[in-house]
Amino acid sequence: MDSVFLIKSLIILGIFALSLGIAAYETYFERVIAAFIQDRVGPDRAGPFGLLQPLADAGKLFFKEDFIPTLADKWLFILGPSLAMLTALMTSAVIPFGDSILYDGHEILVQGIEVNIGILWVFGVVSLGVYGILIGGWASNNKYSLYGAIRAASQNISYELAMGLSIIAVLMMSGSLSLRTIVEEQHGMNWNVFYQPLGFIIFLTCSFAECNRTPFDLPESENELVAGYHTEYGSMKLGLFLFSEYVNMFISSAVIATLFFGGFNYPGMDWVYSALTSKMGEVTGHNLATLVGTLVFFGKIAFFIFVYMWVRWTLPRFRYDQLMDLGWKGLIPLAVVNMIITAAAELSNQPLLVNWIGLGVFIALLYAGSALMKSKKTSV
Amino acid sequence: METLETIKNLTMTQWSFYAVSVLTLFGALGTILSKNPIHSVIYLIMTFFSLSAHYVLLNAQFLAAVNIVVYAGAIMVLFLFVVMFLNIKDEAPELDNNKIVIGASIVGGTIGVILVAAIRLTESQKIDPSTYQIKTGFIETLGQLLYSKYLLPFELVSVLFLIAMSGAVMLGRKEKGERNF
Repeated sequence: MDSVFLIKSLIILGIFALSLGIAAYETYFERVIAAFIQDRVGPDRAGPFGLLQPLADAGKLFFKEDFIPTLADKWLFILGPSLAMLTALMTSAVIPFGDSILYDGHEILVQGIEVNIGILWVFGVVSLGVYGILIGGWASNNKYSLYGAIRAASQNISYELAMGLSIIAVLMMSGSLSLRTIVEEQHGMNWNVFYQPLGFIIFLTCSFAECNRTPFDLPESENELVAGYHTEYGSMKLGLFLFSEYVNMFISSAVIATLFFGGFNYPGMDWVYSALTSKMGEVTGHNLATLVGTLVFFGKIAFFIFVYMWVRWTLPRFRYDQLMDLGWKGLIPLAVVNMIITAAAELSNQPLLVNWIGLGVFIALLYAGSALMKSKKTSV
Repeated sequence: METLETIKNLTMTQWSFYAVSVLTLFGALGTILSKNPIHSVIYLIMTFFSLSAHYVLLNAQFLAAVNIVVYAGAIMVLFLFVVMFLNIKDEAPELDNNKIVIGASIVGGTIGVILVAAIRLTESQKIDPSTYQIKTGFIETLGQLLYSKYLLPFELVSVLFLIAMSGAVMLGRKEKGERNF
């Protein structure tokens, strides 16, 4: 029992350390990718290929003067970045990073905790994520910080709705809130994205907005709001705000991979499993197969992190009213339509076929409707 | 000495219950005692959080998650949102007024005493741990109940929400000729 407990603690510690380490190296890769897209060299001074750049950044932030504005609310000013970081790190507890480890006859899941409300936990923590920004922005006692905080809050609330609605479609397919069950339903290549292309696009857009990433980084749009909610922040407090954004990116990539891209499932996993177990024996083979699954999962996460950066350095920022219009008038109705199509598809015996037919019919209707509207307008 | 023995014999669950209860009460007291409305809201969020922890202790994980999503995540964000727009320094409420404080504590204390007395008088059913269904608070059980026994009230609540939503849209609608910011 003790060694099982030890392995479980090691897994939890490993997930925690990995989410921090990956977040640190995201800052490096963000610069490298930005440099590649803008045809520059990028960071190359600190260490080979600039690999020590995150350490250098952290060192710089730690040694800067840490000041609190005169009329700021001192405790809330400190609480803001701490909350941002706390909520960013809490989500990884329920994400299944791999299948299971067999040890001493026990099956230990490669996951912080397996709860039957996994996705709701993710959703709850995401909805708390806004408090760090809101409190930090208000406590700075600065107009621009407050504007940034208010924008962040309204943006997060608006996009959470569409996000929740697109998750409901996935839940209807798997019939469970547990993330592990959702992953196990997508065994092999049976990924949810093939059933839910529209849901995936809505979820991806909403997660961009929830992470305050370009094109939705209006809370910190520097040409209107100086730097938004962290205008008054310096030193490691600023560092925590920026860092929490990168942790959020990692976690939301993991959630996207879990919900839509099969988590640790990959095509041909049964063949790999049987080959490994027949060669290495039951226990070692199982553990190695779990390791391969985990590596595949991290590959998927890395891909989505890359998509985040790719979009950031490709698309310009939205205007604020465009952001609200897209959220309320675009994504929420789309998510409702997606939900209805999924419900119909689940009731029929051919979910894959009916989903695509439903989407095709919807797009045809939309196209016909818009063409009709246009002809009416021109006739008037 | 006896209290010391009881403290020593507390199980892990009891320890967490007492810790969470202390947190809840601290948050609730902070909500009504702090002068700054923003601090009040933050204390209230803390109270909701510790209430969710209580739900988890009762093995009602779904209720805990929903409490966080709906109350701590959505409603309190709106509260904080609105309170932040108020200019607190100019409109600091006159809470130093002793009469209000004395009146409020008398009313609150009386209600508290009545509540405690009522709870003591009611004969609540003791739950037998050996026959207790561990899945009572789980989402599957809840869903089965909501869609079978309580189907009509459940559907009526959704109609109520629809009415509230259209009411909000009506209130927020621009009047004809109203300035468009």
